[in-house]
Amino acid sequence: MIQRVLRAALCATALVAAPCEAARIGLVAPLSGPQALVGQDQVDGFLLAIEQRGGKLGGQPVTVLKEDDQLKPEVGQQAVRKLIDKDKVDAIVGLSFSNVLMASLPRIVESGVVAIATNAGPSPLAGAQCKTNVFSVAWQNDGAAEAMGKFAQDRGIKRVYLMAPNYQAGKDMLAGFKRHYRGQVVDEVYTQVNQPDYSAEIAQLQAAAPDALFVFYPGGMGINFVKQMSQAGLVGKLPLYAVFTVDGTTLPSLREAAVGTISGAIYDAALDTPENRRFVAAFQARFKRTPSLYAATGYDAANLLDIALRKADGDPKRLAASVKAAGGELKSVRGPFAFGRNNMPLQDYYAFETTRDSGKLVTRLIGTPMKRHVDPYAAQCPLP
Amino acid sequence: MTVTLFFAQLLNGLQYGVLLFLLAAGLTLVFGIMSFVNLAHGSLYMVGAYAAALTYGSSNSFALAMGAAMAVTLGIGLVLEKTIVSRLYRRDHLDHVLATFGLVMFFNELVRIVFGPQPVFVQLPDALSGTVNLFGLTYPSYRLAIIVVGLAVAIGSWLLIHKTRIGMLIRAGAENPALVGALGVNIGLLNTLLFGVGAMLAGVAGAMAGPMLSVQSGMGEPVLITTLVVIVIGGIGSVSGAFCAALIVGVVDTLGRVCLPLLLRQLAERPIADAAGPALASMSVYLLMAGVLALRPEGLFPAHRGRA
Repeated sequence: MIQRVLRAALCATALVAAPCEAARIGLVAPLSGPQALVGQDQVDGFLLAIEQRGGKLGGQPVTVLKEDDQLKPEVGQQAVRKLIDKDKVDAIVGLSFSNVLMASLPRIVESGVVAIATNAGPSPLAGAQCKTNVFSVAWQNDGAAEAMGKFAQDRGIKRVYLMAPNYQAGKDMLAGFKRHYRGQVVDEVYTQVNQPDYSAEIAQLQAAAPDALFVFYPGGMGINFVKQMSQAGLVGKLPLYAVFTVDGTTLPSLREAAVGTISGAIYDAALDTPENRRFVAAFQARFKRTPSLYAATGYDAANLLDIALRKADGDPKRLAASVKAAGGELKSVRGPFAFGRNNMPLQDYYAFETTRDSGKLVTRLIGTPMKRHVDPYAAQCPLP
Repeated sequence: MTVTLFFAQLLNGLQYGVLLFLLAAGLTLVFGIMSFVNLAHGSLYMVGAYAAALTYGSSNSFALAMGAAMAVTLGIGLVLEKTIVSRLYRRDHLDHVLATFGLVMFFNELVRIVFGPQPVFVQLPDALSGTVNLFGLTYPSYRLAIIVVGLAVAIGSWLLIHKTRIGMLIRAGAENPALVGALGVNIGLLNTLLFGVGAMLAGVAGAMAGPMLSVQSGMGEPVLITTLVVIVIGGIGSVSGAFCAALIVGVVDTLGRVCLPLLLRQLAERPIADAAGPALASMSVYLLMAGVLALRPEGLFPAHRGRA
């Protein structure tokens, strides 16, 4: 133990050319299938931060072990077991969508290995089932939808129409929107998961003539829906509020069709902070594309581990507490950041508008509906 | 629901139906005549969409993109038939499923490796990017164009099958391929051509769906399942059956999605109706298929009953 601490310290100060013990970090993300782009962005963001530090985090060289969860809970759970039992990783990052995270949770909790989610913050984990060694550097799932509800309320929108795919996240998003929205909900429509065509729903929507529309259509569903909205001549006429629908991963396939959309999110490459300008420039130089919010959470996760590994000083038992403390010190690309009592982020939720500026598509920050938002489940978390 | 809205929904159903028909026409012929189960039909749809998207992106001509999609899928169809499919005709259906499922995975991964997981952007052709005013409801003109193209293909294939010598051979092949072969017709060549044309129609469907849908790896599988439902309802091997069944499935699916949740709200409490409505709606076409199979196991318009 003492030896390990000593070696880590030597590594950190680089006084001698001693062989440094590499920190082993497991990275689990959906790297194949329709959401592969989301997973790839997380991986690229995470590795970029490590590259910028010359392959080190907290002064220690790191070995990153990548695993593809295919967005399947059983595959993700297997990958996590392998990383913990066989590869003996010091921390696991990524953990994909809520379903994969929740399936992997028992083994993570049992082993005590630190896990940092970069794409999910399911409500059970934010509430009564919160854990000392499980963090989310992304968001509590309802946050962006709550922010859009509040934003629509602040803008004085009277009649809103809600749409989402018919599964748990879809229901959570619509519930999140309604939490702070006090106006009339004209209708609440749930569509089939991965439905390609929305012509029927769009005709119903036109007939209902609401003041605004709120949707949650992640990935390919969002591309299909927004394109078809635009073809029906609704984009620009009917204000569209969305979460996880128009973002850095889908915008390149939507382009003009997305003009006028207002998105609730914790991050967009358009955020004008010194940290973010540096991140966007580095990401673009390295990968020739604009980083999405998924790349940003991956990048932040690596920077968080950098601080935490330094604080833990080679002692795995101190890593969880170090991560928690590191949250407050992290210079996140998204702006203010800290961990709440339930290890979910305390952060701002922004409203972004996709607009056209002299022929080019730009995303513009138009408001911050929620600042340092505490999610509604934190009160149920028994952690101190 | 007002009359105009109902009319708009019927149009939506019709548009979905003709798109399904383009896929079903090729699939039902291959299935009916060569008794070959081709799960890779959805991959040809995806290839068509990619070919059109990439050509359109670089040439800015939708007509050229359409031509490219047809040429590429026809070519791939012919090559597939010659190299893989023709070796499998005599084998069991399970072998067909195994081999073509392998092709599905091959094409999906190939597309992902070459073009990446990012969906490809496809613009609407300028001439069709507007909307048409239909008695107070705006309807996208591109969708009207799809209906027109679909109906044109339907009429064209009807003429081909019922008014030409090749069509006669195709019909004869569906009835009794061995006898047609015994009469000196090169049934092998006929099969190859038929497979290629079926692939090309799938490519046309993919090319036309491109501007509306997200063009990405794996886009062919969901639509393939609905297409299989269509050919089972229509009667395997029958193109006119596939046409009627495609329209029925399109309209049932669309109206089911719209009406079932509204109907359930009259019968049950709101949260239950909201949960059950979309679930039931997604089952509607399968329930339809189960009903048809129970009453007419051969499908609505079977090709094999000595019917002209």
